[in-house]
Amino acid sequence: MSVEQGLFYFLAAFSVALALIVVLAQNIVRAAVALIFSFCGLAGLYILLDAEFLAAVQVLIYVGGITILLLFAILLTSRIAGKGVRVLNEQKVVSGIVAVVLMVLLGLAATRGFEAPAELPKQPENTPRIGTLLMTTYALPFEAVSILLLAGMVGAIFLARKEEK
Amino acid sequence: MDFLIEKATALGVPTLLAQVGAMLAVCAVIILYISVAAMFMIWWERKISAHMQVRLGPMRVGGWHGWAQSIADGVKLLLKEDIIPTQADKLVFALAPIVVFATALATYVIVPFGPGLMVKDLNIGVLYYISISSLTVVGIIMAGWSSNNKYSVLGAMRSAAQAVSYEVPLVVSVLGVIMIVGSLNMQTIVEHQAGRWGPLPWNWMIFGGGLQVVGFLCYFTAALAECNRMPFDIPEAESELVAGFHVEYSGIRFSMFFLAEYANMFVVAAIAVTMFLGGWRGPDFVSPLLGATLGPKVAGVFWFLTKSYFLIFVMMWLRWTLARLRVDQLMHLGWKVLLPISFINLGATGLWLVLKDMR
Amino acid sequence: MVPLSHYLVLSAILFGIGLFGALSRRHAISILMAIEVMFNAVNLSFIAFSRYLPQSQMQGHVFAVFVIAVAAAEAAIGLAIVLGLYRNFKTVNVDEINLMKW
Repeated sequence: MSVEQGLFYFLAAFSVALALIVVLAQNIVRAAVALIFSFCGLAGLYILLDAEFLAAVQVLIYVGGITILLLFAILLTSRIAGKGVRVLNEQKVVSGIVAVVLMVLLGLAATRGFEAPAELPKQPENTPRIGTLLMTTYALPFEAVSILLLAGMVGAIFLARKEEK
Repeated sequence: MDFLIEKATALGVPTLLAQVGAMLAVCAVIILYISVAAMFMIWWERKISAHMQVRLGPMRVGGWHGWAQSIADGVKLLLKEDIIPTQADKLVFALAPIVVFATALATYVIVPFGPGLMVKDLNIGVLYYISISSLTVVGIIMAGWSSNNKYSVLGAMRSAAQAVSYEVPLVVSVLGVIMIVGSLNMQTIVEHQAGRWGPLPWNWMIFGGGLQVVGFLCYFTAALAECNRMPFDIPEAESELVAGFHVEYSGIRFSMFFLAEYANMFVVAAIAVTMFLGGWRGPDFVSPLLGATLGPKVAGVFWFLTKSYFLIFVMMWLRWTLARLRVDQLMHLGWKVLLPISFINLGATGLWLVLKDMR
Repeated sequence: MVPLSHYLVLSAILFGIGLFGALSRRHAISILMAIEVMFNAVNLSFIAFSRYLPQSQMQGHVFAVFVIAVAAAEAAIGLAIVLGLYRNFKTVNVDEINLMKW
């Protein structure tokens, strides 16, 4: 087993275990911390896939932005909850079955569907290429996403501000 | 670090072992450097603050001007009892200082100490620094929450809000330099600041291209806020929030927070030096003595450390000169003053680049 | 070399876990976290495809960047909504927010 395979299995197991903690944990702050480490595990997988720009962006935005937002919201909406509070609602069996069936179907599609080449195509230098593409080919989606983010900002500020008496 | 790996494989060590061994060795060197540097900085800060306040500071421990004071403090912290509050979330409580220190350590990967003296010359150097430095906030929130203490939670939330608010001006003010250099690679940025007349400061980025002085000041202010240093140290305001988010930590755990803060200070100064002040460039007066291979490296390290510690001196100077900003004043400064200034800087740099090409 | 199917299976597993969490957790913020896990799984499969299959314009990477941007916006708005819910209903468990049920 080469180093790359070993790293892949380790990071994969790490990410899956932490994702399980995220969906099953009693204490929501522990779930958020597990989410943080799961994102870091995925960033490691991106680096293994030669996507260093995406890995850095993942850590910067997901861990450094979204999880902080989640932790803030958890801190602001926390109540004294007893230990016996149910975490999963009454749909858990059905959703569990649905999730497993979906996993199996996607897994089958993955292992039988795609013909991957024997050797990897050469990846261009990541960051300059993505930058150029965002400004040329993908300029329209780029501008649309910036408008989306602006609308999101304004909406979130409006929804979350204190109400005037 | 690549250099070490090549040396080891040339000697016949298998590649995997060479890589892992080199990584561990470099990690040990960096941790050693951080410890020594932090101890020195703590002593230096006490002396600087003392002289600015017309008193003497540590004078006794170790003889000449109390140079062993930091070592004594370190030993004291290590020997203290490890107290964990009963209702605290033990796992997160234990993990928080580790996260904070590990991220501070991880940012040392892209610090260019000299020509060819980086842990790893990443192609996304600056982006890596920005993303890793935003992980510190996560550790701070974890620390605040898990202490099960209202003051800690308040301090942690204030610190997180402050760090997140000042991240954007930090990134945008660095973007000006990156636009001019055209690469995120740290060594490339340093080499771009070479001049026709050798290592004179004429070509330092701070004087080049557009309003980089503004960029430098903007970066420095935002970085001070990121480090939770005065005048932005509401999160650990000793006179207000009783040390904020790390009030429940003692002993080794507290020393990890402390070390992480000083390590962060050094990295911030190092990045400022690399981007704006010419990195390790300086007159090479050592080569005649030590030869052509070792000389430039030693001179590079010397100039780099000199410039970084000068910036750290400025940081300490500011701490003991300015008054602490209130939280709303801090937010006002970050969002309403620094952010527009950094965007104007970015726009002006872009304009300057376009005009330069049109000429 | 790790085959492409390994990455896709991992992505499927993460997506399934996220889906289970989104459907069966009661705390509103937990649901948002499970949705983030799903986003991550999708990003992983995009980038895996981008590495293993030749792409003229790095579609996988660019799409992943947009997914991250949209996820950030969605998390912000979702959390603002959760804060509004908490203020009005004093609870964040989604099955207690049933005023509009017949």
